[in-house]
Amino acid sequence: MSLINQDFLRQLPDSKHHFGRSVGLLFRIHVDPILLVLLLIITCFGLTVLYSASGESQRLVTRQLVFFSIAYCAMFTIAQVDMGVLRRWAPWFYGLGLILLLLVFVIGVGAKGAQRWISLGFFRFQPSEVLKIAVPVMVASYLSHRVLPPNLKHTFWCLVIIGLPAVLILRQPDLGTSLLIGASGLIAVFLAGLRWRFILTSLFVVGASMWPMWMFVMKDYQKQRVLTLFDPESDRLGAGWNIIQSKTAIGSGGWEGKGWLNGTQSQLDFLPESHTDFIIAVLAEEFGLRGVLSLIFLYTLVIARGMFIAWAAQNTFNRLLAGSITLTFFVYVFVNIGMVSGLLPVVGVPLPLVSLGGTSIVTLMTGFGILMAIATEKKKVAS
Amino acid sequence: MNWSSTEHYRFKDHLNEAIVFARRVFFALLLVITLFGVLIYRFYDLQIVHHENYSTMSDRNRIQVRPIAPNRGLVFDRAGKLIAENRPSFTLSLIRERVKDLDQTIDRLSKLIDIDEDDKTNFYRSLKQRRRPYEPVPLRYRLTKEEIAILAVDKYAFQGVKIEVQLVRFYPEENLFAHTVGYVGRINEKELSQFTEDDFKRYSGTHSIGKIGIEKFYEHELLGEVGVEYIEANAHGRRLRLIDEEQPEAGKDLHLFLDTEIQRAALKALGGRRGSLVAIEVKTGGVLAMVSAPSFNPNLFVTGISVKDYRALNESKDIPLFNRSIQGQYPPGSTLKPMLGLGALEKQIVDFETKITDPGYYQLENDERFYREWKKGGHGAYVNLHKAIVESCDIYFYDLSFRMGVDRMHEFGLHFGLGSRLGLDLPSERSGLWPSRPWKKRVRGLAWYPGNSLNMSIGQGDVLTTPLQLAVMTSTLASKGKRLKPRMVAKMGDLETPLVKEESYQGYDQNWDFIHTTMKDVVHGRKGTAGSLGRKMRYKIAGKTGTAQVVGIAQGEKYDSKALAERNRDHTLFIGFAPADNPEIALAVIIENGEKHSATTFPVVKAVFDQYFKSQKALKKIREKAQKKALKKMPKKILATEQEPQGKSL
Repeated sequence: MSLINQDFLRQLPDSKHHFGRSVGLLFRIHVDPILLVLLLIITCFGLTVLYSASGESQRLVTRQLVFFSIAYCAMFTIAQVDMGVLRRWAPWFYGLGLILLLLVFVIGVGAKGAQRWISLGFFRFQPSEVLKIAVPVMVASYLSHRVLPPNLKHTFWCLVIIGLPAVLILRQPDLGTSLLIGASGLIAVFLAGLRWRFILTSLFVVGASMWPMWMFVMKDYQKQRVLTLFDPESDRLGAGWNIIQSKTAIGSGGWEGKGWLNGTQSQLDFLPESHTDFIIAVLAEEFGLRGVLSLIFLYTLVIARGMFIAWAAQNTFNRLLAGSITLTFFVYVFVNIGMVSGLLPVVGVPLPLVSLGGTSIVTLMTGFGILMAIATEKKKVAS
Repeated sequence: MNWSSTEHYRFKDHLNEAIVFARRVFFALLLVITLFGVLIYRFYDLQIVHHENYSTMSDRNRIQVRPIAPNRGLVFDRAGKLIAENRPSFTLSLIRERVKDLDQTIDRLSKLIDIDEDDKTNFYRSLKQRRRPYEPVPLRYRLTKEEIAILAVDKYAFQGVKIEVQLVRFYPEENLFAHTVGYVGRINEKELSQFTEDDFKRYSGTHSIGKIGIEKFYEHELLGEVGVEYIEANAHGRRLRLIDEEQPEAGKDLHLFLDTEIQRAALKALGGRRGSLVAIEVKTGGVLAMVSAPSFNPNLFVTGISVKDYRALNESKDIPLFNRSIQGQYPPGSTLKPMLGLGALEKQIVDFETKITDPGYYQLENDERFYREWKKGGHGAYVNLHKAIVESCDIYFYDLSFRMGVDRMHEFGLHFGLGSRLGLDLPSERSGLWPSRPWKKRVRGLAWYPGNSLNMSIGQGDVLTTPLQLAVMTSTLASKGKRLKPRMVAKMGDLETPLVKEESYQGYDQNWDFIHTTMKDVVHGRKGTAGSLGRKMRYKIAGKTGTAQVVGIAQGEKYDSKALAERNRDHTLFIGFAPADNPEIALAVIIENGEKHSATTFPVVKAVFDQYFKSQKALKKIREKAQKKALKKMPKKILATEQEPQGKSL
């Protein structure tokens, strides 16, 4: 009986045995099945919503599918990488990212007054995407060599590592990405055990520096976004339109939603950017609160799985990196849903795995590839 | 300081790191759950608690309620000829909310088609007025086919630019009915400020409103009731699907008493002179013709008149915008004499034989002033009432008025509608002035002098009448005292307007007959003042000439000796009715500064009367035809059984 079970399980290892000491096929090819299944469910859900949000555009959905295929391939590839190698190569990786960022200012192309892309002829990519991975890798790598919790000096260097790309991206200008990259680095520092008094002090300092930020740093359009958050009614057809329309879409969805492809706000083009940043509003309108809860639940599971991988990782670099990637993913989700529902300013963050994206999807899945590498590396070492 | 000292004995402690990390992860997980909790609460709040609100907002977004403008009622003349109609017209409109850069868009449009400064001014003006969001604001009216084609080619380069079909008022007879039918124009700020909430609803699909004349007076009836369509539209305002619809109710059609041909004949006979004619159907009080010259083209006003055109009309010394027929107040001159003569007979102040001597002037007791006669040397001895009217002797009437006194003259004049608005269904009718003792005390603070009565008796001094009042007075004379309320509209929709009898004056038949005969002799008599007119008429009419000394009615006139000389000439007036022994039509003509009757009033009188009888014949034919048609349509059975009453009605 038990023999049969073992045989069977060797081919289809379930989670229980996965965490046991046996080594399955998926395990050998560095795939975390729980994470994979969760990601696939969200991806399918996302494509369904996208089909509706894009006005039943098969072209866009196909495009998204292509990118997902590339992204999943990237994920499986990255999962094979030895984390030790990644740690050693981190500075080069990071340096390359910085150089690309600087290049953007020289040969970059852009749209809507922002210069964010480098064109390689056949396709364009955003160097800031590289930094989304490079920054947490670099911070984790830096801290893994240091005694933890990090002292003031190390914290300072970490901040430099984080700040350089963050400022460069802010200058593109791309506030959303800049904040997310900053967050990914800071999360690593936090997870490394940065003392609470530092955290509280710096929170205070940040709070106090809000005023000069507002006065001298923020662009008018950014200020406008913040202002309309607090009073969207003030400019119904201009800056407030997005928030009002997305809240209307969400609110009108109710518990059950209007049904797939039946959302009037999105189908009749009242909701701007419905297939990119504001896609959660489409979901909320068509699938109702039920759909939103399901999605948030799935995200929670992904995050929980990521945290578990981080917790179970066996060295500091892996732990910090896994933790940072997972929590950054959370920040994405939270900032996007928060902004669409009018809790946070509109900063232009896509909803991971659901919004229409290009290279950003690849970056995201690369992150999950690293998570899988970490998850399976532990096993390899253990076995 | 602290960290440098601790650096020493801090080694990498993997276990501790793992524990610290685990704690942080745990904390982060709590934070994640809390923040997700916040999000879930937010969605609960939006989707469950405030679901109703947002549902409504979403529907309001989705469903546009658009007004459908009702078709404005048509206006016909008495022969059934269309004199105010609605024609489809293509209008270029902009939806403000959809146009990003307004000036730039208009600039680009004006490179494609002709958009002048007036269009722009009007556009920006209506942009400032109250309107619903996403309502198209008209920029250019009356696009030609070429212009529509040009715009259609570049349609996609213009966001928020729309070509709409609208029904626009059109007056085919142009200047013939400018003062009577009037015109519609764009609703202006002042009119908007007087709108009630209900009005805003009624006018939600309509850009124009009656400004003067029938169009203004019957605005409510002509407008109709606005319809509503509920359509599903997307955020770009594109119409996707009709959900529900309430049809508009067209305005009522108006059938006037006015006769296009009489109107045309009168205006032509006026020959470019300033003046007015009012002709009234004696039996109904219906206004057959009402001309105020010079006139203007009301079509200019419909979609907004250009500044240049408006200035030309408004600043013209001939004041074409002024409706002389009901607003012009002129001294009636001798045209009052038949009425006053009748009054004196009725009050038994004079009789047919009463004679006076006319030396060419008249003097009151204790008054050194000479009241002069228009004819030098006077009409000689033996002037009786007949002669006084036929030859228009002033001295006779001086004497008559002195004996009759102001109170009786005033009282008698009231029977003929002098001194008050007659209640014609046109806006801004004026009352004229029929002086009395209390009036003078109240307004001038002075007592009435006998000299005032003298002036009053020849229609001078303070007496002012509108051409309409004179026409009504004449009609009342013609009908032997049965005064009717004058009216423009004969039929509204299918409903005939009622004939309103004013308090009628009964008198002695022989007095009426005497006045009728006397008035006939004015035209056809040997020494009548209108003898040159009578010799041209092929049928008998009755009338009375009048000449009024001028108090210019033009406002803001500057001193200009030549022009003043022309404008200082006497006004010529004529009242009359025809046929003399069975009056059907009564009229009053005034020519400003006409000086001589033969070339001014007489041609108009002849033209109007001639055309009236011609029109009557034509009308009879039309009615007979219509009746025959109606008979043919009837089933034969009914025809057979109801032959008797049918025959009667024919």
